[in-house]
Amino acid sequence: MSIWEYANPKKFITSTERVLPALWAASAVCIGVGLIWGFFFTGDEARQGSTVKIIYLHVPAAMLAINAWVMMLATSLVWLVRRHHVSALAARAAAPVGMVMTLIALVTGAIWGQPMWGTWWVWDPRLTSFLILFLFYLGYIALWEAIEDPDTAADLTSFLCLVGSVFALLSRYAVNFWNQGLHQGASIFRAEAVIGTDTEEKVSNIFFYPLLLCIVGFVLLFVALVFYRTGTEIRARRIKALIARERVEA
Amino acid sequence: MIALLSRDLRLALRAGGGFGLGLAFFLILTVMVPLSVGPQPALLSSIAPGVLWLGALLACLLSLDRLLALDWEDGSLDLLATAPLPLESVVSIKALAHWITTGLPLVLAAPVLGVLLNLPVPGFKWVVISLLLGTPALSVIGTFGAALTVGLKRGGLLMSLLVMPLYLPTLIFGAEVARRGAIGMDIQTPLLMLAGISAASIALLPFASAAVLRINLR
Amino acid sequence: MSLVITDLCIARGGIPVLDGLSFTLEPGQALILRGPNGIGKTTLLRTIARLQPPVSGRVEGSEDMIAYAGHSDGIKATLTVAENLIFWASVFGTEGISNALKSFDLELLRDRPAGELSAGQKRRLGLSRLLVTGRPIWVLDEPTVSLDVKSVAMFAAAVRTHLEEGGSALIATHIDLDLDCAVLEMGPFKAKLPAIEDFDGGFL
Repeated sequence: MSIWEYANPKKFITSTERVLPALWAASAVCIGVGLIWGFFFTGDEARQGSTVKIIYLHVPAAMLAINAWVMMLATSLVWLVRRHHVSALAARAAAPVGMVMTLIALVTGAIWGQPMWGTWWVWDPRLTSFLILFLFYLGYIALWEAIEDPDTAADLTSFLCLVGSVFALLSRYAVNFWNQGLHQGASIFRAEAVIGTDTEEKVSNIFFYPLLLCIVGFVLLFVALVFYRTGTEIRARRIKALIARERVEA
Repeated sequence: MIALLSRDLRLALRAGGGFGLGLAFFLILTVMVPLSVGPQPALLSSIAPGVLWLGALLACLLSLDRLLALDWEDGSLDLLATAPLPLESVVSIKALAHWITTGLPLVLAAPVLGVLLNLPVPGFKWVVISLLLGTPALSVIGTFGAALTVGLKRGGLLMSLLVMPLYLPTLIFGAEVARRGAIGMDIQTPLLMLAGISAASIALLPFASAAVLRINLR
Repeated sequence: MSLVITDLCIARGGIPVLDGLSFTLEPGQALILRGPNGIGKTTLLRTIARLQPPVSGRVEGSEDMIAYAGHSDGIKATLTVAENLIFWASVFGTEGISNALKSFDLELLRDRPAGELSAGQKRRLGLSRLLVTGRPIWVLDEPTVSLDVKSVAMFAAAVRTHLEEGGSALIATHIDLDLDCAVLEMGPFKAKLPAIEDFDGGFL
């Protein structure tokens, strides 16, 4: 038994379809419980009032926005090295999910920022980085859509993902440098302070467990979505191959 | 290699080669900025370094779709790929030719256009230096984008979408050098970062561009 | 140096087109490839020229030996005939284009911009490029397109000289070049598609 067994498209579909219902259910329960707990059974934060509760959407989405790209990078590498089609298709399937997560993080950030900073948008390094990440997702998806031959598309997008990762990381540092001094980190509600092991801050701990539950739920949701979408991509690819085959036979 | 470089330069200079188009674009863009934001000298001088950088970047971007597409259409790329020259050198030479025909004229034109934008006096030096350091990176990164989209019809718009995010670090550090230089701030860190990005791109990206080009030639 | 093709399988757009192809091309030999449109002649020639990888099988003896001429000639319209040839000569590290100009009767057109040439003249220029590469194995994809009878004879003579000098040529063409050489029909090597139930990594 090796993990590469699941690189067979058929095997991948049959195995993921078996676990998918459980994944959907588990993510729904986690997110549901986490949100209800967070919204109704924790107190308001001293400084920020009830606005802080958007954290239950904002932080998980932001985490996944980045990790989806990391996952795409990993699966792209697997495709380039081992030529498993499922891996390339999983990267393709994850991209729109990651992009939507980035969008959720940006929008919830703006909604949260408005009462906090009095403005919907500031060119804060963290916000700017997410906007840039969004652009990278956009280019990646556009390249997938533009190329007709699926293997060529997989190769080219993998290279874009590789090179893009380096430049995205560079942009992150560039942006940090570019706006240092204008906006100190203090005005930002730091996610690390909440999730961190800072047990002295009691306020943080109240928010911590529902937030953890939401993060787990979002991760499960992401996995389920990627499994589901990869299955769809595999079927679409199969249909394409069958049509091409029919054309050859005719 | 020299043969390829001299051919590319000759092609750019002959009729229909498109030499100077980037420069003209840069000029027009710079003229349009005061027309759109207003003529106040203080405003213009504070945005001048950024506008010059953005203009140079867009002018570079516009000329990229000819970089490999012409050789792709007439079959030269197929023949070059079977020639003794490694494809890595081919893309490096192409990037160099692009820089000589587009990047270098932009660097030289920038101070002239800086006058139009009321660029502060210390800024001239730093605009030229930052562009001189940054435009090679723009050419090399652009070659990667051109190699990615070379097989596509009407790939120009897509290429801009792919290349612009990759341009961001260069733009940020480059414009930062120019901006800080213009107002007399310390420029060491962004200058080093800009040089680092350029050096690393020139050294490493041709491998990615060649790999991508090979995939497109299949 | 002989070109050895062993049990080659090639695909176009993910669909195998030719399978089980084996042949050897010795110096001094020419081989004509024949087959209906779409059988995969171009794909085969591009595989041999190492522009694309085979699905399986081996191509040996082709590295740095091939002069490839495809459907387009790689001619720059704004350069003159001589400039075009000199460029390719220096890319391939050879010198002297007069032989190439003479063989394809381009001497009078020498300083004409290539953009002003007729289709047939352009083709002749594209073919004369083979002579300046100095490579022993010519891989030609429909070389006689848009050539008139006289130019075809010129081309055949150039191939004959090349063979006498110890070179070899692999030519996909439909017309008779009057060369003393073997003909390989592609038809029998048409790839059989795998059974449709067998759904695995290849999606076919």
